[in-house]
Amino acid sequence: MKNNVDLSAKIPNNVGLADDRRLCRALEHWLPLYMEWWNDMGPAGFQANDIYLRTAVSVEAGGWANFEYVKMPDYRWGIFLSPLENDRTIGFGDHFGKPKWQDIPGEYRGNLRRIIVTQADTEPASVEQQRLLGAIAPSLYDMRNLFQVNVEEGRHLWAMVYLLFRYFGRDGRDEAEELLSRRSGDEDKPRILNAFNQPCDHWLSFFSFTHFTDRDGKYQLASLAESGFDPMARTCDFMLTEEAHHLFVGETGLDRIIRRSAELTMETDGDPRSAGGIDLDLIQRSINYWFTYSLDLFGSEISSNASNFFAEGLKGRFKEEQRYEDHVMKDGVKVLSLVKENKVTHEEIPYRNAMNEVLREEYMNDCERALRKWNRTLEQVGMDVRLKLPSRRFHRHQGLYSDYDFDPEGNLITREEYEKNHHSWLLNAEDNEYLSSIMHQVVEPGKMANWIAAPSRGINGQPLEFEYVRL
Amino acid sequence: MAEVENKETPKTITFSAHPSSYRHWRLEFDGAICTAYMDVDPDHPLKEGYDLKMNSYDLGVDIELADMVRRLRFEHPEVKTLIVASGHAQVFCAGANIGMLGLSTHAWKVNFCKFTNETRCELEDVAEQTGLKTICAVTGPCAGGGYELALACDEIWLIDDGNSAVSLPETPLLGVLPGTGGLTRLVDKRKVRRDRADVFCTVAEGVKGKRAVQWRLVDHIVARSKFWEELNAHAQQRASEVPDRGVERGIEWLPVEPTLEGNTVRYSTLRVEYHPEDRTANLTIEVPSAATCPKDAAAMQAEGCEFWPLRMARELEHAILDLRINHSLTGLTLVRTEGKLDDILAWDQALLDARGHWFADQVIHLMNHVLQRVERTSCSFFALIEEGSCFGGSLLDLALVADRVYMLDADGVEIARNEFNDGLLPMTTGITRTECRLLGEEELAKSLVGNYERLDAIAADDAGLVTESMDDIDFEDTVRIQVEERGSLSPDSLTGMEANLRFAGPETMKSKIFGRLSAWQNWIFIRPNATGPQGALTLYGKPERPQFEWSRV
Repeated sequence: MKNNVDLSAKIPNNVGLADDRRLCRALEHWLPLYMEWWNDMGPAGFQANDIYLRTAVSVEAGGWANFEYVKMPDYRWGIFLSPLENDRTIGFGDHFGKPKWQDIPGEYRGNLRRIIVTQADTEPASVEQQRLLGAIAPSLYDMRNLFQVNVEEGRHLWAMVYLLFRYFGRDGRDEAEELLSRRSGDEDKPRILNAFNQPCDHWLSFFSFTHFTDRDGKYQLASLAESGFDPMARTCDFMLTEEAHHLFVGETGLDRIIRRSAELTMETDGDPRSAGGIDLDLIQRSINYWFTYSLDLFGSEISSNASNFFAEGLKGRFKEEQRYEDHVMKDGVKVLSLVKENKVTHEEIPYRNAMNEVLREEYMNDCERALRKWNRTLEQVGMDVRLKLPSRRFHRHQGLYSDYDFDPEGNLITREEYEKNHHSWLLNAEDNEYLSSIMHQVVEPGKMANWIAAPSRGINGQPLEFEYVRL
Repeated sequence: MAEVENKETPKTITFSAHPSSYRHWRLEFDGAICTAYMDVDPDHPLKEGYDLKMNSYDLGVDIELADMVRRLRFEHPEVKTLIVASGHAQVFCAGANIGMLGLSTHAWKVNFCKFTNETRCELEDVAEQTGLKTICAVTGPCAGGGYELALACDEIWLIDDGNSAVSLPETPLLGVLPGTGGLTRLVDKRKVRRDRADVFCTVAEGVKGKRAVQWRLVDHIVARSKFWEELNAHAQQRASEVPDRGVERGIEWLPVEPTLEGNTVRYSTLRVEYHPEDRTANLTIEVPSAATCPKDAAAMQAEGCEFWPLRMARELEHAILDLRINHSLTGLTLVRTEGKLDDILAWDQALLDARGHWFADQVIHLMNHVLQRVERTSCSFFALIEEGSCFGGSLLDLALVADRVYMLDADGVEIARNEFNDGLLPMTTGITRTECRLLGEEELAKSLVGNYERLDAIAADDAGLVTESMDDIDFEDTVRIQVEERGSLSPDSLTGMEANLRFAGPETMKSKIFGRLSAWQNWIFIRPNATGPQGALTLYGKPERPQFEWSRV
């Protein structure tokens, strides 16, 4: 049996691991299971390679970004909470202004567990979805970014599992094991949320996923970072620092593809595929696909759970303190568009019940911002075509709109019309086949696959030619 | 003082349904196996103001279920295994619709729960009485009333996908009870340990996977990829264990169609006259000559729904449901029969002789079911045995259901017991109505078993079967005074009083469900912690959180 000090040295942390018997006992059991999962379901191949990775070793200013060559299984997955600030009070809901909880209030145990498990489940899921992408990476730079994202998703799993171990007793330990037994896309044991069961088998999907789906993560984590349950708030707050890199990978990755596609379109008189590139229509379909699956992750437009989570002080809004004045919102309403008798109409919903939509709108605004950036890229290259986000009603599997069919502009259409057109609206089998056919591993330092532009700079001040992965 | 609610439900609810027009269920027949898919149409609730999302149900959904259960009894004797499944992609069933409960009056909630309880009990009865095996296929979350439906099946199969769970979230989420048999079936039927049941009933998200099996909340868990294959194989296996009843088809199940003439609801075998002025009703069963009685079971089956005892049982049931839901102001029903004692005894005898034939057996079971339903109705019943009455055998048990029995002491006014009174029509509590009356007179009760002599008023009084026997000078006036007195008493008190006095003697799981669980539920339904302005049921789905009065009452 390892002693606590060994465990604590192996696992960078600021949660007093060495002195916490309960946590040590749980981790001793879970750690081998985690490593087994990582070896089975983590990035395929490359486990023995040195990779230029960033490791968080403390929460101090310089501590969370230590760059060095590491073999992935040796990555030091740590447990960090943002530092404790005394006198923090609950910032929203029915307990507004009361001291934050350092332990779980019994009455909210069930809801908190559900929130944490749902968030936690997404972390290993994305690693599973992306496990084969190293073999077709467009550059060492991108390959390294993929692995960075993967190990950090792994660490985010640790962060959530820490909360389960520390605060939920036996139930928490059971849930932590379940997190390692579900599998993305598995018929019998699928991941909880649908977007995390979708195949992600090429790099256009990878960048779309890290841009759109990880961005959902950002908004979920940010709203949990507001929580009255302080350990969860601080855990999520620290996770956000890492999540930012994932979003950077997605946003710049798509931007680079868009730039290259525009260039190739210009060079080939509108037939970028003839030069092994990706046409902008296909990129639009990928945006439509991943944006809408990610919208589902916010939950139903009208939700008593969302209302309860807010009222109970468990889950706030994005930047609750800075962006909102009324933090209780007992009486407000929000206007939602609903389908009544085959028409889209508008109706007032109690604001708290519309919390999912409030967060979804913050997210959509952020996505719009990225779209504007990509369209500036198109403008720079000299193309007239513009990319856009589809309507929030289009292609939904959750919530008010999932029972109906809409076109990307949000107009109600018949099932037949949808069936007839969805191939031209959403990433489809031929697209995936084409993308797989042009994606081949590029391993010469500094070199890029032909379908993607080079990034503007390297990682941690290193040049693009740097050997980010030692093969 | 709060406004007294003296209005009847404006919209008349009919209890008839037909598979061709089901909105919420879909039946598939494959030889000896019937699969019933619950696939609730959200846009067609029974009343306005709520959507039936996530396979949640209201009375309209349950009326179809009741129809289906009844058809399994009579239309589909060839079915040996029933699979209750969900036609919804994401959930099995979210339970009773909360929006509907929030909008309903107390009386509606009580009647809704009573009807759903009776349907679940009949599902169990059909299984017990026909050998039908019932399996619930839980795919997706199965909450509250959904799990209560599952509990009414012989076996529960749960898909093991890490998401599907069974739960009774009424206490943690709504501040009410799993009152449609949930609590009772958990500990009495499935024999879940009571401390585990306590944990289970307070965890809103419920229990899934291995623990659900360990705690006996479900019987099997199966991975998604193998679920239907294994379940179907098991259903076939179960069906093969059921002895063949030698019948390929049942009878055609036709609707009951009464006509309305002023305040009289007229059926082919009985009539109900409503007297709103004194809040009473006269229910009179008309017994025809037994000369038209089919000679054997095959001939009875050939008559199908037209067979008089079946028709009468069905029409009586319809009348009772109509009384409950559409005539709630009626506080006292006077039960009479018209015909010859010889005839009702001859009808009974024909059925007794045909026992062992599936159709005759099911008619007797249905008669029993209907009498139990009368017994559970929140209305006073007085049986009046007068000149021209024919309270014999099966109809005598209807008199014994009544809270009081008044018998005219006159020549030719007689009653008679037969085998129906000695165990063929047990009460919910499992004993006969004769035994229930004579709990303190065991010797007398024993002496009546097998004693099928005709009894005049004096003999009936001596036998303890009537409340009072009176000659014609006293009879009319005494009855009138008793009726008027009854009409002056608190209806709530009478409901409670009758429910307690009617079921003297032992308890069964079913009697506990109706007598205890329902009573607690109905109490909680009017408590501020559930239905007050700050109550949990009132505020469910709304932005405010409930605020409880913490005193234990």
